[in-house]
Amino acid sequence: MDFVRFIVRRILFGIIVLWLVTLGTFFLFFVIPSDPAVTLAGKGGTPERVAQIKQRLGLDQPVIVQYWHYLDRLLHGDLGTSFFTGVSVNSTIKQDLPPTLSLIIGGAVLWLIGGIGVGVLSATRARSLLDRFATVFVLIGISMPTFVVGLLLLFVVYFQLAKHGIQNFAPTYIPFSQNPAQWFEHMILPWITLALVSAATYSRLTRGSMLDALGEDYIRTARAKGLTERRVIYRHGLRAALTPVVTQLGVDMGTLIGGAVVTETVFGLGGVGAALLRAFNYGDVYVILGIVIVTAVAVVVANIVVDIAYSVLDPRVRLT
Amino acid sequence: MSLTEVQFTGATVEQAPAGAIQGRSPWQLAWRRLRSDRLALASAIVIVLLCLVALAAPLIASVIGHPPAIQYPNGTTAQGLPTPPGGQFLLGTDNLGRDLLVRIVYGARISLLVGLSSTAIATVLGVAVGLVAGYYGGVIDGVLARFMDVVLAFPYLILALALVTVFGASLWMVVAVIAFFSWAALARIVRGQTLSLKEKEYIEAARAIGASPLRIMMVDLLPNVIAPVLVVATLLVPTAIVFESTLSYLGLGIQEPTASWGNIIAGSQQFYEVAWWFLIFPAGALLITTLAFNLLGDGVRDAIDPSTERIFAARRKKRALPVGGSPLVEPGRPVVEED
Repeated sequence: MDFVRFIVRRILFGIIVLWLVTLGTFFLFFVIPSDPAVTLAGKGGTPERVAQIKQRLGLDQPVIVQYWHYLDRLLHGDLGTSFFTGVSVNSTIKQDLPPTLSLIIGGAVLWLIGGIGVGVLSATRARSLLDRFATVFVLIGISMPTFVVGLLLLFVVYFQLAKHGIQNFAPTYIPFSQNPAQWFEHMILPWITLALVSAATYSRLTRGSMLDALGEDYIRTARAKGLTERRVIYRHGLRAALTPVVTQLGVDMGTLIGGAVVTETVFGLGGVGAALLRAFNYGDVYVILGIVIVTAVAVVVANIVVDIAYSVLDPRVRLT
Repeated sequence: MSLTEVQFTGATVEQAPAGAIQGRSPWQLAWRRLRSDRLALASAIVIVLLCLVALAAPLIASVIGHPPAIQYPNGTTAQGLPTPPGGQFLLGTDNLGRDLLVRIVYGARISLLVGLSSTAIATVLGVAVGLVAGYYGGVIDGVLARFMDVVLAFPYLILALALVTVFGASLWMVVAVIAFFSWAALARIVRGQTLSLKEKEYIEAARAIGASPLRIMMVDLLPNVIAPVLVVATLLVPTAIVFESTLSYLGLGIQEPTASWGNIIAGSQQFYEVAWWFLIFPAGALLITTLAFNLLGDGVRDAIDPSTERIFAARRKKRALPVGGSPLVEPGRPVVEED
């Protein structure tokens, strides 16, 4: 029963956050005088033409009324229509989603496997050569901005290989449905780029909490009763060590999405991030709002999932 | 016998093993540990050098004779490409024929200014919010803590881009946006510390003698939370520098013709296939700077909290011990020292 109550509370809080996001973003872009009607009317636009466009787009109504209409449509699953292209935001996002999802899912898998794997390895072999290498890797990883990682990877891996006729890693997106093998080839560098910075943080985090966990009494007990070292480390140590890592995961959803925007730009993947940057440049309010809301939903849902995973991993966690 | 005499004689007795035991405050101990951390020391030197270079940017430009925004006709090749390093342009030029070295030096100004000032703002804000939330507790804490969670969990790059788009991309806008997304991490730590500290007897005593909440926060709580704040703040600087360069790279941070490492690298994207220096030098400058701050931050943490384990310190530890343990100490007496 506690569990259900907890989930309901988390969902309610999530809905409040989402509502605040729509409110904040909407007013941010409507209160500031950057009039899309003037832009659309062009340089020679007469005041009549501007007024006409305003009326057509509903921009002549008070902001609060516009917001009401927007919320109303939003609750019906309609994210509105771009002022500039006349295309519905739903279809823009749907069209741009495949590269972004490919990037985020693959990147997250690599980030977690790499980060936790390196963390566990360096914790179980603390102060070994491997551990020291891992520490250097972590420091460099943490210090490198995502776009620098991407550009350097392109420079080292793609451009140098391209000189010898190997074009496999060209920075472009090939849809999975078109050619899965090529899709994979072209996604490798973006995945590494997206994963590297976060993997570094996670391996450090995992190493620390793994060392703490391995120092606990119950680990000694587990060893004393003759369990294999493997079982001690993975069943008893890692499970406890993962709790802080999982907590951090919820916080880092935002980092992942920001990193995806940068990675898409570096590798010219198209995708939602590219659409967002375009929309920022034109001041295309509904596209911006739509993408921000979709990301916010993703973050909120991911956080709820993380909270649940947290309680599964560590039964001591009280759900409040 | 008066009371002062008693104390006086007591003190002389304590001084017996003359000079063997020196009283040191925790800060002095931390400072000694930091000074013996060679990696942190090297990082600090790099940072000081970077600051000097940034301060002297106009001087460096005038010595070289290339102002940062001048496009030299001989700065590009016949095909309109950047010229390689050497000769007139030590680190080569960018695609517009500007001296890359001078632009990188000017970029250091932006990075350090943004990194340090946004961290300063975030620190003041974070400490203030954390103290208030932790000290008052209850509803105030509930609201502030939730707010911290939201700021921390939000896709901050996207929100930062939105804010910069709406309010216009300027240096101080970038600083404000970065500060806005950095304070929450600090506030959370300060809040946690304050929550446990305020239950201590000395806070109760302070309250009992009628100290105001402001006084308790500033005089009794602040000095006790400052150590973790210092550590986090040092590590916030490289994060802020990365943040600024990312915004500038995406075209929504520092705008051309003002040079920042982010926008230099953005400009290099079409050219670095043929002009490696255009990417490698600014990227190297960025990496060295963030690495130095990260290493210094780690050093500060190790110095303040010696219980953290240092992977690279094994060799240094062996050497440092005889220096710490004074030969004047009587044998068998435990030396209360660092490490």
